[in-house]
Amino acid sequence: MKGQIYWDDVTEGMDMSPLVKNPTTQQLVKYAGASGDYYQIHYDKDFAKGNDLEDVILHGALKNAFLGQYMTDWMGPLGSLAMLSCQYRGMDSPGQPITAKGSVTRKYQEEGRNLVDCEIWLEDTAGQKTTPGAATVELPIR
Amino acid sequence: MSTPSPALTEEMRQQAIGLESPPFTTDVEKGAIIKFAEAIEDDNPVFNDEAAARGSKYGGLIAPPTFLRSMGAYRVPLPFELPFDRLLDGGSEWHYFHPVRPGDRITVVARIEEIKERSGRLGTMIVTTTVTTYTNQLDQVVATQASNGIRY
Repeated sequence: MKGQIYWDDVTEGMDMSPLVKNPTTQQLVKYAGASGDYYQIHYDKDFAKGNDLEDVILHGALKNAFLGQYMTDWMGPLGSLAMLSCQYRGMDSPGQPITAKGSVTRKYQEEGRNLVDCEIWLEDTAGQKTTPGAATVELPIR
Repeated sequence: MSTPSPALTEEMRQQAIGLESPPFTTDVEKGAIIKFAEAIEDDNPVFNDEAAARGSKYGGLIAPPTFLRSMGAYRVPLPFELPFDRLLDGGSEWHYFHPVRPGDRITVVARIEEIKERSGRLGTMIVTTTVTTYTNQLDQVVATQASNGIRY
């Protein structure tokens, strides 16, 4: 189990520790099978080139899953994910690491729940935020 | 560009908004959850390891947040042709209300909330916002997902 973060200890503006993912073409094939998304731009390079892409690209939903993991890791076993959003602004190809990063934008209580809003994103090796997003989690209190 | 302007008329827009997919029901299998967690390379035991997950607050295995995407049936066919054959996923927003567990029966309904024509770096594009609602066998809405499909 990962460590637990408590609502009491969160501060607005605090950075969240990064999560590095290393997607490969094999992972894209595994994800295609597990998700049922067999669109060829994710595993067939010739098909991708025919669509004016230089290489196969990561499924948007796989990047969404990376951000999901980022949040479920961060909130720990006692946290609950309430909202997760992202926009696919830039394309990412396998063979290069992609890093999830984020920071806390708001800490508040609502209807008896202890909530935290986060700004999160995936960043490529050039530092481009290809997949900006946001999340809301409910955290335990001490 | 030979694309007629606008490609999407207000009348077409009104035809599309509110259209729903027929409900589609599917069972959540434990093996499918574990395969999904393996595919996204998430080693959180609550998604992978039944024995360890028993000790979690859920009392057993649950699905990772974006697993529901694999339940399919989230695209509602448009009632007209558009002069674009390429499709991109623009992004999505999930709201979560209950955990998804092995053995759950999930009913998926997708509804077109909005459709708009825009111009951007891909030229003229049609952005469709679809809200997919996932309901379990206890009639609980477990999650909703608003997603933006881009035709260009």
